[in-house]
Amino acid sequence: MAGERLISSDGIRHDGRRLDELRPIKMAVGVLKNADGSAYVEQGNTKILAAVYGPRSIHPRHLAYPDRARVRCRYHMAPFSVEVRKSPAPSRREIELSKVIREALSHAIFLEQFPATAIDVFIEVLEADGSTRCVGINAASLALADAGIPMKDLVAACAVGKVEGHLVVDLTDLEDKNGEVDMPFAMMYGRKKITLLQLDGILSYEELCKAVDLAMTACEKIYAMQKEALKQRYLALRKSIEEGGG
Amino acid sequence: MPLYFKDWDLVVPGELLAEGNYKLGSNVYKEDGRIYSNVVGILKLTRGTINVVPLSGPYIPKVGDLVIGEVIDVTASSYVVDIRAPHVAFLHASEASTKPINPHEEDLRKLYDVGDMIVAKVIAFDRAFNPSLTCKERGLGKITRGRIIAIPAVKVPRLIGRRKSMITMIKSETGCEIVVGQNGYIWVVGKTPEDEDLVAEAIKKIVEEAHVTGLTARIMKMLKDKKRRQP
Amino acid sequence: MISKVKKAQILSLLNSGKRIDGRSLEQYRQIKVETNLISRADGSARVSLGDTLVLVGVKYEVGPPFPDTPDLGVLTVNAEFLPLASPTFESGPPDENAIELARVIDRSLRKSNAVDLTKLCLIPGKSVWIAWVDIYVLNHDGNLIDASALATSAALLTSKIPKAEVEGDKVKVIYEERLPPPLTSLPVTVTVAKIGGALVVDPVLDEEEVADAKIAMSVVGDKICAAQKMGEGSFEVAEVKKAASLAIEKAKELQDKLIQLPKP
Repeated sequence: MAGERLISSDGIRHDGRRLDELRPIKMAVGVLKNADGSAYVEQGNTKILAAVYGPRSIHPRHLAYPDRARVRCRYHMAPFSVEVRKSPAPSRREIELSKVIREALSHAIFLEQFPATAIDVFIEVLEADGSTRCVGINAASLALADAGIPMKDLVAACAVGKVEGHLVVDLTDLEDKNGEVDMPFAMMYGRKKITLLQLDGILSYEELCKAVDLAMTACEKIYAMQKEALKQRYLALRKSIEEGGG
Repeated sequence: MPLYFKDWDLVVPGELLAEGNYKLGSNVYKEDGRIYSNVVGILKLTRGTINVVPLSGPYIPKVGDLVIGEVIDVTASSYVVDIRAPHVAFLHASEASTKPINPHEEDLRKLYDVGDMIVAKVIAFDRAFNPSLTCKERGLGKITRGRIIAIPAVKVPRLIGRRKSMITMIKSETGCEIVVGQNGYIWVVGKTPEDEDLVAEAIKKIVEEAHVTGLTARIMKMLKDKKRRQP
Repeated sequence: MISKVKKAQILSLLNSGKRIDGRSLEQYRQIKVETNLISRADGSARVSLGDTLVLVGVKYEVGPPFPDTPDLGVLTVNAEFLPLASPTFESGPPDENAIELARVIDRSLRKSNAVDLTKLCLIPGKSVWIAWVDIYVLNHDGNLIDASALATSAALLTSKIPKAEVEGDKVKVIYEERLPPPLTSLPVTVTVAKIGGALVVDPVLDEEEVADAKIAMSVVGDKICAAQKMGEGSFEVAEVKKAASLAIEKAKELQDKLIQLPKP
């Protein structure tokens, strides 16, 4: 990458996007038959499948919380999802990301309605091209809603970064690896509550404030798409029945 | 008191439904005077109460529910029954039959064995613990004939219909006996397998179209059309 | 698990701007930093933050670089939450909390370029200096990250790296001669916990157990070089911004502890 700039002089990124532009996004809900809830999300070339099982009994018993459900999350990358094949064994990074993703989602769920149970969230990264934990959270929120688990709100996530001095939204792998800052961010958008915030890189206080505001604007768009994806599942059928007469 | 959606609208978790003094029905929550949905479902407004009817979700047992379950284990004094709820249910030997059983003298497996399907009633349930069942009433007990169809528990009210209109209509159109478990297991006994197939088709359609109005009429039409085509 | 009575006590005290140990909302517990305690380690530091006690050891070793960075030295950070530190810690490999702590501190060091990895290269593609940082939590009374980060920076600052001579394609290490390692500014980490509507700096264990969430921010100079929100609760946007400005302000107190250290 020596010599090649990631952002042109008129603010166009290596994949043709503007600084505040999201990648093309596809969302599909209810894609797996056995899981209680599932979703598939693509943001650019990042492709993630999420599934939810639960609420269900938890084994071993001593893991159960007496007054609420316990959320367990497994973020895992397929060996073929990255440039250099990755061993299927959980890495330290996957363990940390499983934790932060669980903490990003738990607050949105009415856990007290299901004491002594487990809600299991599985996130499989099928192809990784940056912002996998954020796309994973977007998919997992849809899967939780698809499972019918009562939630206070959907959680929308987006990473903001700093590349060649500019703040940008929805990083690709190239931008993450070669940029100065990566800030994954997730929010229960309707209630404006931040549930994930990490920073890897140097930002001044003012830049941090700007980055948070940029992240919120990006999450607003993603949140709207999530709502649409959940409704589309049912609205298409309703429309065809109401027009065609069943 | 603003209301942002109307009856039969599709809503999602976190969606702001209304503000003000509406009564709260199922699957909604209130914060700072604002009322939100907590599931993906259909908004139903009845006499000032806001409800959201979920389109998916777990079965949450209630005392008095009629359920159909599978015996998955037999212990010294009770049966462990899978009723497709987050926790397994227990059927104690003393509640297992209208005839008294003494677990010390009899092998519980003679009555219900692992793999048997039973119709039972929920007699106790505290969310933190396993539900307790009884089979000590007429009509409850082991299922030995017909077939069992599984649907999401949240679609059961739609299958039954307002004042049992839907289920009564299906029974009369197909001539089948149908026992609906609140937990989403449906037991069907027909005079012929074709009649049972008809019920299965009707149920499948109800599950898929639960969110669209005019369902009872469409199901009736489908059943009549199919019967006309039967030899 | 904390009792309801204790939880209520913490919350009601906070309502009047006080904490269970008498501190103000933005006050650190008493901090003590001691260095060069383990003679077999190339650097070491022990930090006590109230009753939280952390020991960090640094060892330098010659080894191969990572294949994708042949001319950079290697820095690895590992943390062990020892079973003797708390009734809740079990023996075994690092759990998600220990892994998270190590990775947050690693990121803060990496992004601030605290250890200049370019100066740790001996023979590109073959031999570089590897800096092993091992964080040992000895007693857990809350806020392990700030204590561990301070101990890590102190251990690196007072560590000595053996002299290495490159002869052709071989490296000769002269253990008797020691040099200061190539360091730039070292970061410190400030953790803010949200309890009800209050933001408190340096939560003690009881406060951590009732907190909605915590956010750790690593600071170098007057900029933030790493951040990690932890816990199952959430923050308002204004709270995140307030935590950031609090972290930059309180970092000075921790940085002073590093400045005061006797230089080796």
